[in-house]
Amino acid sequence: MIELLIEVAQVFLVVALAPLVTGWVRLVKARLQGRIGASPIQPYRDLYRLLQQEAVVAHSASWLFRAAPYVTFSAVWLAAVLIPTFTTDLVLAPAADLIALVALLGVARFWTALAGMDVGTAFGGLGASREMLIASLAEPAMLMVTFSLSLVSGSTAPSQIIAFVLSGSVGIEVSMGLALAALVMVAVAENGRIPIDNPSTHLELTMVHEAMVLEYSGRHLALMEAAGMVRLTLFLALIGALFAPWGIAQPGAGATEMALGLGVFLAKSFALASALAVFETGIAKMRVFRYADFLGGALLLGLLATIFLYVSEAV
Amino acid sequence: MLIAASLAALVLLAVVGVVAGGREITHRLVHAGCAVASIALLIGGLTHLGAGPGGSPAIVLPLGLPWMAAHFRLDNLSALFMVVVDLAAAAASIYGIGYCRHLPQVRRVTPFFPLFLFGMNAVLLADDAFMFLVSWEFMSLASWLMVLSDHKSAENRHAAVIYLVMAAFGTFCLLTSFGLMAGAGGAYTFAAMRQAELAAVPAFLVVLMAVLGAGSKAGLVPLHVWLPLAHPAAPSHVSALMSGVMTKVALYGLIRILFDLHGEVPWEWGAALMVIGGVSAVLGVLYALFQDDLKRLLAYSTVENVGVAVIGLGLGIAFKDAGEPALAALALVGGLYHIVNHSIFKTLLFLAAGAVISATGERRLSGLGGLLNRMPWTGTAALIGAAAISALPPLNGFVSEWLILQALFKGPGLPHWAMKFGVPVVGAMLALAGALAATCFVRAYGIVFLGRPRSLAAAQADLHPTPASMRWTMAVLALLCILLGALPVTVTDALSAVVQPMTGMHFAVSADLGWPWLSPVSSTRGSYSGTMLVMVGTALFAIAVVLAHGLGTRRVRRADAWDCGHREDIPETQYTGQSFSQPLRRVFGGSVFLARETVEMPEPGERSPARLSVRMIDPVWVGLYDPIVRAINFIADRVNRMQFLTVRGYLLMMFSTLVFMLLVVAWRQQP
Amino acid sequence: MGAGQISYDVAHLIGATVLMAGLQLLYQRRLFAVINTFAFQALALAAAAGWQAHVQDAPHLYVTAGIALVFKAMIVPFALHWLIEKLGIHRSVETAMSIGWTMMAGVALVALSILLVLPVTANAAALTRESLALAMSVVLIGLLMMITRRNAVTQVVGFMALENGLILAAVSAKGMPLVVEISVAFSVLVAMTLFGIFFFRIRERFDTLDINDVETYRGDRQ
Repeated sequence: MIELLIEVAQVFLVVALAPLVTGWVRLVKARLQGRIGASPIQPYRDLYRLLQQEAVVAHSASWLFRAAPYVTFSAVWLAAVLIPTFTTDLVLAPAADLIALVALLGVARFWTALAGMDVGTAFGGLGASREMLIASLAEPAMLMVTFSLSLVSGSTAPSQIIAFVLSGSVGIEVSMGLALAALVMVAVAENGRIPIDNPSTHLELTMVHEAMVLEYSGRHLALMEAAGMVRLTLFLALIGALFAPWGIAQPGAGATEMALGLGVFLAKSFALASALAVFETGIAKMRVFRYADFLGGALLLGLLATIFLYVSEAV
Repeated sequence: MLIAASLAALVLLAVVGVVAGGREITHRLVHAGCAVASIALLIGGLTHLGAGPGGSPAIVLPLGLPWMAAHFRLDNLSALFMVVVDLAAAAASIYGIGYCRHLPQVRRVTPFFPLFLFGMNAVLLADDAFMFLVSWEFMSLASWLMVLSDHKSAENRHAAVIYLVMAAFGTFCLLTSFGLMAGAGGAYTFAAMRQAELAAVPAFLVVLMAVLGAGSKAGLVPLHVWLPLAHPAAPSHVSALMSGVMTKVALYGLIRILFDLHGEVPWEWGAALMVIGGVSAVLGVLYALFQDDLKRLLAYSTVENVGVAVIGLGLGIAFKDAGEPALAALALVGGLYHIVNHSIFKTLLFLAAGAVISATGERRLSGLGGLLNRMPWTGTAALIGAAAISALPPLNGFVSEWLILQALFKGPGLPHWAMKFGVPVVGAMLALAGALAATCFVRAYGIVFLGRPRSLAAAQADLHPTPASMRWTMAVLALLCILLGALPVTVTDALSAVVQPMTGMHFAVSADLGWPWLSPVSSTRGSYSGTMLVMVGTALFAIAVVLAHGLGTRRVRRADAWDCGHREDIPETQYTGQSFSQPLRRVFGGSVFLARETVEMPEPGERSPARLSVRMIDPVWVGLYDPIVRAINFIADRVNRMQFLTVRGYLLMMFSTLVFMLLVVAWRQQP
Repeated sequence: MGAGQISYDVAHLIGATVLMAGLQLLYQRRLFAVINTFAFQALALAAAAGWQAHVQDAPHLYVTAGIALVFKAMIVPFALHWLIEKLGIHRSVETAMSIGWTMMAGVALVALSILLVLPVTANAAALTRESLALAMSVVLIGLLMMITRRNAVTQVVGFMALENGLILAAVSAKGMPLVVEISVAFSVLVAMTLFGIFFFRIRERFDTLDINDVETYRGDRQ
């Protein structure tokens, strides 16, 4: 019974938290830029407002256009459910490992990109094309990160990796550092943050993700935006859980440890979100054709992380 | 018995096909007959797989040359491939019932279609080298004739010539391989070959020739050049079989030789196969990304998927040689799973392409678009196929890729340094190929089925409704993509039984956690459950729908596309296939394909349009085949002179040959 | 697992930072960015030397750290900045090989040095192996940088990155005398001066710093 409750809490925690984290990033950025900024709960209001508006669908759109927001959102949500946040003791955890997690995010991307192309406008195709360019390098990079983590810890399942890191049998590995760097680069790219994409731009030629969802409105847009927020929170949770898992509740933990785990999770999420805001403020967006170097670099870092394990005798 | 009767029926149908003539009803009857025979063979294969391990006793038939009897045998491996072949064959045949009506050259297809099916099944059943090669040639020639069925187009004739050369090359290699295994005694049955002890050099040559022979048929880089030419040239249901199934029969030949007849393949070959597979996967999908011809795109994607399966096979060899039968079994199960999956979704996609082509008469991406609204059945089935081939959960393509990746992740445990360093690189290649495949099929699907139609033919596609037989076949195949992804444990259990004799150990991928969890290696290693993902995903989807509709309004209004306020009605402003792949062409094209973009801008004031032209070079063709062709031409020129020698000259040649042979004999007789 | 292990781990982490900076050098497209990255690498090198001095209890390594910090992380980058501005050198890196391929070659070189170091030092402790592999990678990447970048400034930076690799090897191995490092450091300075003069000379004669043009003059190319 208690397991079920934990699982339900896990299912709704990230989704409920995601707009707040996004609002927090916006707030910190605004402060850094010398603005007052909107309240961190503004994204909740935005989503609610969008839900109230009628959805406008283009004449040329097919059923895929209307289905895509729901599929995208639920695929990202499903991925978020599978990442340990405050505890590793999850009933559903064995359903997917990190490889499947990467692929689930791929499902969301597949549908969003198709939806972008569905209406038949130039911007939609532009966004889809660029998004797939980014993904075709970011996804292998993330798989290489998984590869090196699985070599260190002997598992591809997040909960097992966390248990291994917490057991103290891994020191400060060079490979872990490289993997972290690669994962951060992937996270930046996958979430469409600066320097890859600018989440707040509406200048046509510089946008990637926004270009794909340009035709959406009303509840469809709300779902697409929510999916983006959940994805950001998911990546923050993943980085926090894999590379700084301290405080997370292990199997067999009591209520106090659960509460502690929750507190630590929230602290980590907001700390990472603030770090993201600082990073974004200090850096400029790069040209589209530099993406390949950036993400190819992430892929090579992942590869290097794997190869380096041979030196440190972890294999 | 059922199997024998079905095979006989196929031959009979071929005869009917020859005499069929111009009457449409006979063509449909032949296809229907093929469907019945394939379903019978499918049932035969399935019942054998269900019966558990162990093969049927060999059947000896007095066929062929008088002193050589024909041996047939059905074991688990051939039964699995029979299921693969005949599932797709049944689909293609049923599809053909409706499809052959639209086919102008149907008279040149119908007689060979049953023969093609017969050849593929006979290869799987053959238990001696002679029958194997004869059936192999049946398969090659029947498909070659169908490639040539539309012989009026010069492009198809070119494709047929290259196909014929490559098929002859492949058969020659396989013949050498079998000949070396049979040895001087001429023991041509598979049973005798299993017993044969080979010296180091012949053993090496056997594997090399098997890889070349089967690899050329399967389309491994650099022997893939014929495939993207020949597969699209045939009618779509034949293309589906050639791409989806005939490549698998080639892989069957490879597996049969490497894991059964030869048995002890050293790990270096595993490494070589992994590299070949990795290169095929990446190059295949890159080629596919830049194609404008829908069927050629699919054919190139076959090169990619064969590469992925071969990575699994190579890894299996390496693990087996290193004394890790459980991991070898995992890699092989992954590879075989991918073979099964690819036969299903590639058949589905080719059939969908056939439906598109027969409705619009257009196979260029740049002439299609907006078909999901006009062909909802085909569009939906193709969407499932495209998602499956992009390795997206919870569909089947993901499961096999997941298994192969899991096996790869154990690769650094191998004792050889080459493998320790090679495995991560191959892993990166596999991951890259997977991600690029998703890009490739977003592009293909988005351009063909979404957006606005780019030509009048595409806009009027709904005037030519797809026949029911075609629609239902695609629907069933799409359903199979979902089922094989949602119930992976059922498939892996069956595959474990097939793999068992090859690795000498029973290994169930789901042993640790039980149904419905896949947990290779151990339960803490990482696990996957397509079943759970489907269930939870559906629940979350339902919650999302209820939440969005419950909290907000359900109103929908149809309007013109917004497009940032750029109101226009010209479909040409959409992204095309070329523009979609342009960023990737910039990234990969320059170094891999030596792509050069040239822009011709008109002078200021002129009204002529600016032109962007792209030139791409196939590195394999330029680097490997052109030199060979030049060398052959050069030698042919030289040999040509020999036609004009004097009698004494000819006598001298014969004499020197004789002396040379005698010298060889004398040398061989030295102790 | 103990205090010793942690000190090794930190040493490796710093070493890896030096290597990362080396790879970063290959990634940069702007001359100033290249120089800043080089300064960062020298900073990491100084940290590595300082840490080793602390761990090995070898005060002379603090001198090495100081040399790296003052000369390589400050004076040399400032000098190069000054040179570039003074000479009005074109600010983008001219590549003989695309960035992507250079990065791939760089990673392949790292793999190669790991492969070379492992069997040679099979008996040595993991500490030495890892440091040696790191140092060798940095050296090879420095060489790669010199080969694949056309501009003379980037070649100087590549050369000095190579030196950084040598010093990294020297500080990691116990008991390396200080003399070596000082001589290495001085050789760098000498090289700097020489290259500085060279820049002026090349500039005076050819009005460019592109090595290609020099080769044309020599008759290597048409």
